[in-house]
Amino acid sequence: MSVRVGVVRFPGSNCELDVLEAVRSLGGDAELLWHGDRSVAGVDAVVVPGGFAHGDYLRPGAIARFSPVMDAIHEFAASGGAVVGICNGFQVLTEAGLLPGALQKNRGLKFLCTTTGLRVESTNTVLTSQASLGQVLRVPINHFEGNYTCSPETLAELRADDRVVLRYLANPNGSVDDIAGVCNAGRNVVGLMPHPERATGDLLGSTDGVPLLRSLLKAPQPAG
Amino acid sequence: MLFSVRVEVSLRPGIADPQGSTIERSLPTLGFDGIRGVRVGKSIRFDLLAVDEESARREVDDMCRRFLTNPVIEDATIDLDACEGAPA
Repeated sequence: MSVRVGVVRFPGSNCELDVLEAVRSLGGDAELLWHGDRSVAGVDAVVVPGGFAHGDYLRPGAIARFSPVMDAIHEFAASGGAVVGICNGFQVLTEAGLLPGALQKNRGLKFLCTTTGLRVESTNTVLTSQASLGQVLRVPINHFEGNYTCSPETLAELRADDRVVLRYLANPNGSVDDIAGVCNAGRNVVGLMPHPERATGDLLGSTDGVPLLRSLLKAPQPAG
Repeated sequence: MLFSVRVEVSLRPGIADPQGSTIERSLPTLGFDGIRGVRVGKSIRFDLLAVDEESARREVDDMCRRFLTNPVIEDATIDLDACEGAPA
C-alpha cells in the first residue's frame, strides 16, 4: 500500500497541486486536506505547501496557525507523524510554534525566484533520510520572506543538536548561518524555504527534490 | 468603558530591518542628512470595550503576545486612552 500524503490547502495556497503531482510521480498517494478540517484524515505524512495562506495578512502564517486543521497537525506531529512545511508552509510552522525561529523579509528586499544550491547538513530527518550528508541539491526558491532569523540561543541549540537540515551554498536572502531548512527536536517536523516539488523532473530543470520527497515517503508512521 | 487603542509593532532591537536600512540610505540622497537608526513597523488601531484600564491593558497584552506580534522578532508598544464621553 502506498504512503498517503495529506497536502493542506488554505485560502491562498498555490503550491498544493504541485506537491500532489510530485508525490504521485514518485509512487505515493496524495490528497488535499482543507484548512477548515479538524483532522488530517488518517494520512501518513502532512505537507504544508507554499503560497500566501490567508493572504499573508498581518504576517505570513499569522492567521493560518489558527486554522482548525492546525490543532490536528499539532497532534499528528506530537505522535511522531512527519510534517513538512515548504516556503509559506515553513512560515506557518514557525508561527504555529512547531519549529523555532521566524522568517523575515529578505535582505535586499527583493522577491527571489531562482534556483539555489543547497547542502544537506543532516540526514537524520523525515525529509533527508534518503539524501546523503554533504550532498548538493539544486532546488528553486520563490519567496519574499525567507530570511531565517532566531535568537543566538536558539541558533546554538539548532547547531548543537544537528537540527540545521539544509544550508544555502550562496546565501540568497540573509538567513542566519545560511540556513535554508531546520527540524524540530523530534526530527519529524521539517521546514524549508526551497521548493523540492519543483525539482522533480528533467522538464523542470532539476530532479534534486526527488531524494527529499522520497525521504518523506519513507518516513516513520505516527504512533497509534 | 471604551478605550482607543494603538499598538505599534516594531522589530526587536538587533533584528535586521531591511526596509529601515533602505530608507536610511535613501534619505541623504534627498538632502536629509544626519539620520540614524530608521526602523519600520506597523500601527494597529482599534476601540476596545473593557471594565477598566487594567483589564483593557491585560487584554491587549494578551492579543499582542498571541496574535498581533511574532515575539521571536517583534515587540509591541501599547497606547491606550479612555474615550471621553463614551457610554460605559
